[in-house]
Amino acid sequence: MGTRLSSWLSRCWRGIRRLSGDDAYERYLAHHAACHAANAPLSRQEYFRRSEEQKWGGIRRCC
Amino acid sequence: MNNKIASGVIWISIAVLGASALGGIALHRGESINALWFVAAALCTHALAYRFYAAWITAKVLCVDETRATPAERLNNGHDFLPTNKWIVFGHHFAAIAGPGPLVGPTLAAQFGYLPGTLWILAGAVLGGCVQDMVTLFFSTRRNGRSLGQMARDELGAIGGIAALVATMLIMVILIAVLGLVVVNAMKHSPWATSTIAATIPVAMFIGLYMRSIRPGRVLEGSLLGVALLLLAVAGGGWIDHQPGLRELFDHPALPLAWAVIAYGFAAAILPVWLLLAPRDYLSTYMKLGTVVLLALAIVWLQPHVQMPALTQFTDGSGPIFGGKVFPFAFIVIACGAISGFHALISSGTTPKLLSSERDIRMIGYGGMALESFVAIMAMVAATVLDPGVYFAINSPAGVVGAEATAAAAKISSWGFPVSAEQMHTLAQQMGEATLFARTGGAPSLAVGMASIFGSAFGSGLIALWYHFAIMFEAVFILTTLDAGTRVGRFMLQDILGNAWPKLGETSWYPSVLLTSGAVVVAWGYFLYIGVIDPNGGINILWPLFGISNQILAAIALSVATGILVKSGKLRQAWITGLPLAWLALITTSAVWEKLTSSDVRVGFFAAAHSLSDKLAAGTLPPAKAAVAPTLIFNLQLDAALTLFFAALLWLIIIDMLRICLRHLNGKPVPPLSEAPHQATQLEEAAWARD
Repeated sequence: MGTRLSSWLSRCWRGIRRLSGDDAYERYLAHHAACHAANAPLSRQEYFRRSEEQKWGGIRRCC
Repeated sequence: MNNKIASGVIWISIAVLGASALGGIALHRGESINALWFVAAALCTHALAYRFYAAWITAKVLCVDETRATPAERLNNGHDFLPTNKWIVFGHHFAAIAGPGPLVGPTLAAQFGYLPGTLWILAGAVLGGCVQDMVTLFFSTRRNGRSLGQMARDELGAIGGIAALVATMLIMVILIAVLGLVVVNAMKHSPWATSTIAATIPVAMFIGLYMRSIRPGRVLEGSLLGVALLLLAVAGGGWIDHQPGLRELFDHPALPLAWAVIAYGFAAAILPVWLLLAPRDYLSTYMKLGTVVLLALAIVWLQPHVQMPALTQFTDGSGPIFGGKVFPFAFIVIACGAISGFHALISSGTTPKLLSSERDIRMIGYGGMALESFVAIMAMVAATVLDPGVYFAINSPAGVVGAEATAAAAKISSWGFPVSAEQMHTLAQQMGEATLFARTGGAPSLAVGMASIFGSAFGSGLIALWYHFAIMFEAVFILTTLDAGTRVGRFMLQDILGNAWPKLGETSWYPSVLLTSGAVVVAWGYFLYIGVIDPNGGINILWPLFGISNQILAAIALSVATGILVKSGKLRQAWITGLPLAWLALITTSAVWEKLTSSDVRVGFFAAAHSLSDKLAAGTLPPAKAAVAPTLIFNLQLDAALTLFFAALLWLIIIDMLRICLRHLNGKPVPPLSEAPHQATQLEEAAWARD
């Protein structure tokens, strides 16, 4: 029972981090290690700056 | 077999419950009606439409193929093309499509009574808005996530592409102006609201710095800190309101506040995104989700009674908030709660790049819009649980009921909605305001509705705090739309100007940034300025204009979709988009017709211009009004030209679409379908994308 609750809670927490973009850098590192392992990955700060600039390059908000 | 019977029984019960709730709402007369019926009707309608209509469309019309690799998988580049869990995509998609529109529109439409708005929000969403969002999402997914404008150009030709681009830019300008006006009306002569909204700017900047430099990329941490600071700003505004030397600093009439909003808009557009726009977006998303959930819980728990009659006498077109008959204007002012062309811009271009499977299209496209329509129903409930007299007192502009409290209350009571100046004064004091009269625009009346609902749910001692919380919450995401919209307008303008002089098209060349941002701000700033000086309250002109342009963009999206369906050999099912398109063409064309030809000065642009110039010539206007009359007359003529242009754009694209369809049916050459070829998906079920 306790383990089911804690696994449910940790899934919720993962979902919240995913939804808010809190874990974006970790996912980037995983993607980078899998696909572009030859180059060094961006630092957390560099990655955050780049993704913010990309995000606001288009239409992001409706009425 | 047993499962089949059980599910049959469940769906039949949902259908019966939904039908009785809708029947109850539609046929109920006289006494007040429990708001829970609205929630039940909405939930059942959306559930049935999602289960049966949306499932039929995805299976039989679109033929969604889950073995097909999506652009996110084929073009995965780790940032914008990225296969993502469907709940995460749903969250991003909903956060992007839900703005202040579904809260403001239903509040304004409540002047006709609760019935027309409620029926249109439900029927318009399940048959129109949800279908538009879903088919646009589907077609864009099949075309590598192309934008609506690109799809229009590829599938219909150059005319369609240009029409979509121009319509989008014009809508943006009018949308920003009207939202700015809503904020100005909430802030005028309210030190509490003004200081709280002003405080949200340094709060957002601090969070921007925090997430960029202090703790880079710690989004959750930064957002929680920001939300706490915003709540502190609401309480701090109350403190400022009680400090004699301080409160005057934030006590301003509408016009200086409008200039402040315009200056803010320009500054926000040229500042780097990380400093203001990005952190504000995080904060507004959390505020929006939190408040909507809280409002839903409070309505279910408290079950307030709807006080507004089903229909008011204002269905004849004499309504105080905006002039115009229930047909077509109820269908125009509830823009985003039922169908919104703007959503097609998110459903194409942005969301398709994240989809990990075509199977998720129904939930994200159809389900996302169904949820937005549910938010609109709650806004309708929050507006109609108010005493109708209070609702009209807050929303009627001074030009209609008079600027003096006793006279205004008497006028509203004479319409059969009793309200007294003392009652309004007590209410204003409860909310911590000097007056609530003539706060047209929906935000303040929604805030009063929300404050009274929250007040009775969580203790009435905090009612003034709740009111200003609601004002702050709406202002935060209205200002986000204002920043983001100005920026998008700038990109489009740079794109267009770049064709003439490539240097201007460089989005990072600072002189071009200043020039194009300035041009966009001047465009919406002009309409905001006119809205503020208009004695009839600019909402009367601007909101219908926004509604018309938004519905026309929806018609463009539906035209593209209908054209693609016919070209794909789905002529017999093309009515799924053809029918809503025909309805939108009918309502927007009749609204444009009314706006141009009506002899009622509060509806017809030319009638208003003539009446004003006659009065000016006869010298019957007071000096202050005579001074602005020439500007108002010019503006009315400009608005008339603009609506005519919108209608021309609409019919141009419909005729172009019909021409392409006829050519296709007659076997003549048409632009080929631009669908990307089939490629089998490699993504495993239960892989990381579905964690």
